[in-house]
Amino acid sequence: MRNNNNQNVDLKKVSSDLRRDILMMITNVNSGHAGGSLSELEILITLYNSILNIDPQNPSDKKRDRFVLSKGHASPGMYAVLSHRGFFPRSDLGGFRKLGSHLQGHTHIGTPGVEMSAGSLGQGLSFGVGMALAEKIDKLKYNTFVLLGDGECEEGQIWEAAMSASHYNLSKLTAIVDRNKIQNDRFTDEVSSLEPLGNKWSSFGWSVIKCNGHNTKSLESSFKKAISDTTKPTVIIADTVKGKGVSFMENNPGFHGKAPTVEQLIAALHELKFSKKSVLEAGKQMNISDSLLSKISENY
Amino acid sequence: MESIATREAFGKALLELGHENNDVVVVGGDLNVSTFAHLFGHEFPDRFFDFGPAEQNIMSVAAGLASCGKIAVATTFAVFGTGRPFDQIRMQIAQPHANVKIVCSHAGLTVGEDGSSAQSIEDIGLMCTLPGFNVIIPSDGPEAAQAIKTAIETPGPFYIRTSRASSPIIHDKNYKFELGKAEVLHNGNDATILACGIMVSAALEAKDNLLKSGIDCSVINLSNLSPLDTETILNQANKTGAFVTAEEHYIRGGLNSLVSQLITSNHPIPIESVALTSYGESGESSELLEKYNLTAASIENAVQKVMQRKV
Repeated sequence: MRNNNNQNVDLKKVSSDLRRDILMMITNVNSGHAGGSLSELEILITLYNSILNIDPQNPSDKKRDRFVLSKGHASPGMYAVLSHRGFFPRSDLGGFRKLGSHLQGHTHIGTPGVEMSAGSLGQGLSFGVGMALAEKIDKLKYNTFVLLGDGECEEGQIWEAAMSASHYNLSKLTAIVDRNKIQNDRFTDEVSSLEPLGNKWSSFGWSVIKCNGHNTKSLESSFKKAISDTTKPTVIIADTVKGKGVSFMENNPGFHGKAPTVEQLIAALHELKFSKKSVLEAGKQMNISDSLLSKISENY
Repeated sequence: MESIATREAFGKALLELGHENNDVVVVGGDLNVSTFAHLFGHEFPDRFFDFGPAEQNIMSVAAGLASCGKIAVATTFAVFGTGRPFDQIRMQIAQPHANVKIVCSHAGLTVGEDGSSAQSIEDIGLMCTLPGFNVIIPSDGPEAAQAIKTAIETPGPFYIRTSRASSPIIHDKNYKFELGKAEVLHNGNDATILACGIMVSAALEAKDNLLKSGIDCSVINLSNLSPLDTETILNQANKTGAFVTAEEHYIRGGLNSLVSQLITSNHPIPIESVALTSYGESGESSELLEKYNLTAASIENAVQKVMQRKV
C-alpha cells in the first residue's frame, strides 16, 4: 500500500476552510457538537494529511493505519476531514444528521473511512487495543490511533484498556487526549478532577507526550515520536481550546452540543475572514439547504 | 445416560476450531478454566487474550479484533458477560453486526452455591432485545459443540449460553444442528412443550411420564431463540392447541415471552410457563431446581393445567 500522505497542502488554509464547513453543517440542521469538533480539528488534519498511511480509494486495505474517533459526538470534525481527504464527496456534508444520509449524528461504520461506531463514550481505546492485538498476530505493521475526549477519561473502561495496552506491550497503539478542559455540562475540573492526567497514564505504563493541539508542527513531531516508541503505548495529551477559532465559542461550555444560530454562524464566518461569495459557494458544494443559504445571502 | 456440561463440550469444540481456522481468536476474563476456554488458550497462546474481570474491555476488544478480520470469541460467565458490558455489546457488536461470538457459561440457577448474584436469569432477555443477534441455548453437549462451529462459520454476532452442571446427552452422533430452526424431538397431539437448555431433557422426561397416562405431547428443543423458527412453532400451535414453555430463566424476557408474543399475534392458544418468578439463592443445583420448580414434574403439572384450558 502506498503511503498516501498529503504533504503539499497548506494546512492553515485547510484548518480555516474546515472550520467553516463544520459550522455550516451544524447550523444547517440546528444540531451537532461544534466545540469538540473545533478543538480536535488540527489533530485530525495532522493525522490525515501527514501521518496516517491510508488510501481513500481503498479504505479497507488490510495494511492501512487505523484511526478510531472514540469521542463520536465530534463527528462534524471527522466528516469534514474525511471528505477533505476524498473518502466521500463534499456534497454529502449537507446531509449530516438528516434522514437517509450516511453521516449519522455520531460516527458510524456506514461512513467510508470510519472504523468504529461510536456515541457511548469510553469504548474506543479498547477497540484500538483489539486492532493493535490483531496487528501483533498478523504482523501487518500498521499503527493504531485513538482520539479520546478529556471528559471521556472519566469513563472507567478507558483505564481497563490502558492497563491491557501496556500489559500486552502495544507500542503501535497511540492514544490522543483532546484536552480542551470542557465537557458536556461544565469545565472538567468542576466535574471530576483529571489532573495530574499525564501521571495517571504513565503510572499505567504509557509513554506520555504533551503538545500544543492546535499546532500542526508540534502535533506532527509528537505523532512521529509516538510511532518511533517501540517499547510502550504512547498517549499524546494535546492541549486544545474548546470552540477554537471563534471568539465567542472558545472556552464556552455552552457550545459543547448546541448549534450556532444563523446570526452566530455569520459572525463566526466573518471572524474567520470568509467573503459572502466564498461562503455561499462552499454551501452549494456541501448541499447546505436553500433556506440557510438564502438567510446567509440576505444577512452576511 | 451419558452426560457432559455444555461448557465443556464448547471448550473442546473451540480447540478443534482453533486448529481448523487461524482467524479464530479468544478473549476471556479470568474464568477461563471454568468456561473451558483454557483448552484453546494453552494450544494457541498467540491468539488468546485474558483481560481479567474487565468485561467492558473484553467486549470492545473483541469488536476491534473482529474489525480486523478476526473471528472473536468472547467468553466469561453469563452474569458478567451480558449485563455489565451490555452497552459495549449494543454499540460495538450488535449495531455494526460485528463478527463476535459471545459464549457465556454458568447461566441460570445451576451455578448453585454461589447464589443469586452469580445466577444469570436475565441474560436471554437482554440478548434477545438486540436486533440481528443470533441467540442459542444448547440443550446438550453435541448441540453446544455444533452451535459454536456454526457460529464460527456464520458471519455476525452470536450469543451462546452454556451451563456449569452436566446434563444428559440427548442427541446421537447423526445429529445436525440447524441455525434458526426449532427441533421437533417428538410429535404428539395433546400439547406442545417448548424448552431450551437443561430444560429440554426435563421436557423429554415429562413427555415419557405423561404418555403413561395417555397424554401425548410434542417436545420442541427451542435452542434457537433469536431468530425464532416461527413456522415450526405456529404449526405446533395449530396441531396441539396448547403450549407449555420451560426455561432456566426469569419468566419475563426469555423463551416464554418470545413464544407468547408470536402466539398472541398469530394463533392465540393457552400457554403455561415453567420458569423462574424470582431470584434464586445458594444451594446445590438439584435442590435449587426442585425448590424453584424447574423439574419434569413441574412441566407435567403445567401440561395438565394447559390441557384444561384448551377450548
